[in-house]
Amino acid sequence: MYLVFALFAGLIGGALSIAMRLELQEPGLQFFTNPQTYNVFVTGHGLIMVFFVVMPALIGGYGNWFVPIMIGAPDMAFPRMNNISFWLLPSAFALLVISMFVEGAPGSNGFGGGWTVYPPLSTSGHPGPALDFGILSLHIAGASSILGAINFITTILNMRAPGMTLHKMPLFAWSMLVTAFLLLLSLPVLAGAITMLLTDRNFGTTFFDPAGGGDPVLYQHLFWFFGHPEVYIMILPAFGIVSHIVSTFAKKPVFGYLGMAYAMVAIGAVGFVVWAHHMYTAGLSLNTQRYFVFATMVIAVPTGVKIFSWIATMWGGSMRFTSPMIWALGFIFLFTVGGVTGVVLANAGIDRNLHNTYYVVAHFHYVLSLGAVFAIFAAWYYWFPKMSGYLIPEWIGKLHFWIAFIGANVLFFPMHFTGLSGMPRHYVDYPDAFAGWNRISSYGSYIFALGLLVFFYGLWLAFAQKKKAGDNPWGAGATTLEWTLSSPPPYHQFETLPRITGSEH
Amino acid sequence: MKTHFWNRAALAVLGLSLCLIGSAEAASVIGQPSAWEINLQQPVTEVAQFIYDMHNWLVVIITLISLFVLGLIVWVVMRFNEKANPVPSRTTHHTGLEIAWTVIPILILVGIAIPSFRLLKLQVQIPAHDIVVKVIGKQWYWTYEYPADQGGGFGFDSIMLSDAEAAKAGQPRMLAVDNEMVVPAGKVIAMQVVGADVIHSFSVPSLGFRMDAIPGRLNETWFKTDREGIYYGMCSRLCGQNHAYMPIAIRVVSPEKYTAWLAEAKKKFASNDDTMKVAANAAAQ
Repeated sequence: MYLVFALFAGLIGGALSIAMRLELQEPGLQFFTNPQTYNVFVTGHGLIMVFFVVMPALIGGYGNWFVPIMIGAPDMAFPRMNNISFWLLPSAFALLVISMFVEGAPGSNGFGGGWTVYPPLSTSGHPGPALDFGILSLHIAGASSILGAINFITTILNMRAPGMTLHKMPLFAWSMLVTAFLLLLSLPVLAGAITMLLTDRNFGTTFFDPAGGGDPVLYQHLFWFFGHPEVYIMILPAFGIVSHIVSTFAKKPVFGYLGMAYAMVAIGAVGFVVWAHHMYTAGLSLNTQRYFVFATMVIAVPTGVKIFSWIATMWGGSMRFTSPMIWALGFIFLFTVGGVTGVVLANAGIDRNLHNTYYVVAHFHYVLSLGAVFAIFAAWYYWFPKMSGYLIPEWIGKLHFWIAFIGANVLFFPMHFTGLSGMPRHYVDYPDAFAGWNRISSYGSYIFALGLLVFFYGLWLAFAQKKKAGDNPWGAGATTLEWTLSSPPPYHQFETLPRITGSEH
Repeated sequence: MKTHFWNRAALAVLGLSLCLIGSAEAASVIGQPSAWEINLQQPVTEVAQFIYDMHNWLVVIITLISLFVLGLIVWVVMRFNEKANPVPSRTTHHTGLEIAWTVIPILILVGIAIPSFRLLKLQVQIPAHDIVVKVIGKQWYWTYEYPADQGGGFGFDSIMLSDAEAAKAGQPRMLAVDNEMVVPAGKVIAMQVVGADVIHSFSVPSLGFRMDAIPGRLNETWFKTDREGIYYGMCSRLCGQNHAYMPIAIRVVSPEKYTAWLAEAKKKFASNDDTMKVAANAAAQ
């Protein structure tokens, strides 16, 4: 259900981004007569993709399906809470979509202040009720995630099968455990920040209004204290998934298991103390900027450990290039590219010229769109036979991969160039010098969209052909517990709890 | 044989990156973006030059790292696939290797951090300055104020020219403005940046600064260039409907011309104080 919801929301979020690329294909205004509408589309795209596509797919979808199976539990600890957690999402999504159709800034509909919702643009700049709908939507989506996080932590800490110590637990469960803690600790801060925004807007408080002694920068600190862990919330489950796929198809256990698990813990912990690298241009003091440069660079180390451990897992393996495997390989390389541009941006001095330009857009789309989204598709091709019982033809996954790989690179790589040459984000129109690379980017987005057609055709084929998958379609390398069950797994997956005895992870 | 190949490959990559950097340098127009540009804008201040040079080195480093990872992936794909290696090994630990891939990245990062901290200090510590200009970001134009104690005592709005006006003036579309901020060459210019309504961001890439204009805060940044000319920038913080239409243009002139401009501007903008806002709002709409 989470996955179906994420697919649906993904279509809407994707449609918004295609509209943006259509506009940006040529200089001048073509499709949007009101620039504010473009801002609303950008904001909608960002919020939908983060809160209603990537998070529900990776955490809600794959997490709730496979964490209990992988640790040998009959179900999540609180199935009813899971139910609430899911149904809060469509209501939150509905609120967000409604917000696009009620008045925001004077004279136009919807909230167009970016997914970061910085005041005062989000307070005095948008007097209409659009953002109030938006804030409520985020509150509800946040509540849903917090409930989900509590459920994961309880399940993982209490319901592992006999013999499965934490150090024998599959890496996907580890990644979800870390993610759940990040959610639990960071989301209340977001909820607090947007509540303060709500009272500033409606009840005359001045938390972020200098006229009443407040400070807009306070909001930025609060937001990014949530916002930075949030990006790891989106990518950590992807790390877990890729580890399993790589190990399955290299027919080797994961290399450096403990290093991998603790690298995720380290990324999660350090992720909480680097937030102000999003604020280098806000006028922070020299020493503050120094600290955040240093702390941000530290994160590159555990991330490097993960990249090299994946390669070492494949080293000496006997690899089979199934569709999930090539998606995972694509993930590893493209995530590396996104990672190294992150190191460039970590330098406050360099960021001075790149902050809020398309270089940043390129960076976070390489780690999220080509990282997290590639992992979502990798996991889709990997686990679909288990979830549905049917096989997706291999050529579909491969064709989809190559179209998406080419499309995404044509789409996002030129953004590095427009960013370096100074094109700021959130621009509905741009000086003519940027036209060349923008046109290429737009073509890339159409190629990527074409790949989605292949994806949905594959989904239709799987259910039309009804080719039975069997318990384990992937062979000897697939060692985690989900492959010992039938496909799809029975309602109460383990009647008798499995006993974990070996030393293998 | 193998090492030979890798050496050549590394050299080729280095050569290619340098070529790309070189070609971009040749093609660019100073003070504004140029078509198909693939690097930072041509720098004209010490800070911007530092950013430019350091970024060029970072590009080489990150390209090599990415190609190294790509090379490893290609290598395992060729060497350790089902056909080439039917029996997988069971190796899951190698302490030496694990220490190496932790320590080597740390060393690379320290290598990056040293110049990075020097650059940061150069940017943030403002040297003794000759001229102060107050920059106010408004929805959706900039206002520049010149203090009275340095021969100013006036302020004026800087509003984007329409496409037709820019074409007539022979200036780039979406970057040209009616009244540029004018400063002398060879002097340290300090700018006090504030926001009047929402947050804006004051940025000129070729001069190497970007500073948010935040209501209720006085942010300071600086530049100094010996090269006369006009340098364009754009608002870099989403500020509402016409965020894309509030460019920044700074004209750097010789000290003599600056003195002349100052006298002229003082007359031209003297009566501005009251009528300024009304006129500006009318023009913005």
